[in-house]
Amino acid sequence: MSGLHLSRLALSHFRSHHRTEISVDARPVAIYGPNGAGKTNLLEAVSLFSPGRGMRQAAAQDMVRRPEALGWKVSGILHSDGRAHEVAHKSENGNPRQVSIDGKTAAQTALGRLSRVLWLVPSMDRLWIESAEGRRRFLDRMTLSFEPAHADLSLDYAKAMRERNRLLKDQVRDARWYAALEAQLARTGAQIHQNRLTALEALRQAQDGAETSFPTADLELTHNDSELPDTENALREALAASRSRDMIAGRTLIGPHRADLVGTYSAKGVPARDCSTGEQKALLISLILANARALAADLGTPPIVLLDEVAAHLDETRRAALYDEICALGAQAWMTGTESGLFEALGDRAQRLMVSDSAGTSKVVTVGLLA
Amino acid sequence: MMAKLPGLGPRSARRAVLHMIRKRALVLTPLSEVMATVAATARECLNCGNVGTADICDICNDPKRENGQMCIVEDVADLWAMERSGVFKGRYHVLGGTLSALDSIGPDELRIPRLMSRIGPEAVQEVILALNATIDGQTTAHYIADQLEGQVSVTSLAQGVPIGGELDYLDDGTITAALNARRPV
Repeated sequence: MSGLHLSRLALSHFRSHHRTEISVDARPVAIYGPNGAGKTNLLEAVSLFSPGRGMRQAAAQDMVRRPEALGWKVSGILHSDGRAHEVAHKSENGNPRQVSIDGKTAAQTALGRLSRVLWLVPSMDRLWIESAEGRRRFLDRMTLSFEPAHADLSLDYAKAMRERNRLLKDQVRDARWYAALEAQLARTGAQIHQNRLTALEALRQAQDGAETSFPTADLELTHNDSELPDTENALREALAASRSRDMIAGRTLIGPHRADLVGTYSAKGVPARDCSTGEQKALLISLILANARALAADLGTPPIVLLDEVAAHLDETRRAALYDEICALGAQAWMTGTESGLFEALGDRAQRLMVSDSAGTSKVVTVGLLA
Repeated sequence: MMAKLPGLGPRSARRAVLHMIRKRALVLTPLSEVMATVAATARECLNCGNVGTADICDICNDPKRENGQMCIVEDVADLWAMERSGVFKGRYHVLGGTLSALDSIGPDELRIPRLMSRIGPEAVQEVILALNATIDGQTTAHYIADQLEGQVSVTSLAQGVPIGGELDYLDDGTITAALNARRPV
């Protein structure tokens, strides 16, 4: 997987974009324009080139341009492993997103074999102080970038857990049925736990070996009320032992779905949740960069990185350091900001797109020459 | 009405109906007679759940099929798939679905109690679980295996690389299953 990047991106009736076509090269892409112009919508379109619901976690029908609501299409040329692939996503009549790769319908998970896309969006700024669910999702996105099969495992685990929760709610007392579901939960859950630990170790190594201007974070996986059993057998036994307690609660109280990611500002030894807003943001950027470096080392090419409104939160020195690290990594990073000046330090190392709004429709203009 | 059948959309249903009308004597009349016969005689086998024209199907009535092996399948289509291969010479038991708490399908909604009652009288020595590799399928397989533990030998179909399959086209889960089920050459 060498030189992963998009060279063409076309949006049709996607959010604020009526018809937008962009040609870019493998360099970072700096996107600037006023609030509400449609910059983040471009990033969301790029985020669809990885499995899942994209960086806004939105349903396909929410991505349609209104008021037309005709359905939408996002297509592009994705360069992966030395080959160019035509990838298209579309949704019609409110139906789920359909993916095609080189003209053939494909499962979303197939995108995981072609590309890796990482993102940092403003809604993640409160990651360290909000509920554990957001941190689990953040960790699972990072884990998925290392192990594409993590998506299927998570779906299977969630399905088995919904089944078990229904039994608990209905006060069903068939021990064999519980045991059968717990066997599925234990098989998938232990693998999910192991994948997460492997991802955390890869991140730790990537942070340890890097020269970076951003603070490093110590990451630890914890469970809500006890040690999370880390083997299939131990998890199966723990689930069986927890049945009475779970029946009172009406849901499954043990398993990787209850895990939490605890971050600590390494240099200060301060929990991430107690750090200043700026420090919390810097820790997140540090983790995204570490994730990108680990993937580059693992796959031989850096992932596509999406950084929404990241420049505005950094002082000039940190901003320049971020750009230097992205350029050194060689990643096609798509970055947004309200002003072109925010990207001045990039010089000709990046290409620029100016996005404006004209009567509710986004207009994109390429500024400057492509390399 | 034709368009409501599985596998037929409005366009293919129209084409099928027009074809039958054009070939009235050759296709439509014989088909309608066969359909009437099926409607009058088709029923589920009281023993295994297969579809036949008698209370007990041909497979259950065939003494040669009582070889001590019983294959458990989800529905009749799976039974027919197994029969097409011609390899399995034992008897079947059609569950009529898989366990699903969300769809309110429990052991009693499937033919699991009937399966248990067949083991002794039919001298079953091996139960072969031929259920889908989905969460529901595997949960059902685990449930049945648990219930049969200590009574008979329980096996399941292998999962992995299909005959004539190319590794490049397999998903990660199948490759993992195949690797875990590797065997000496």
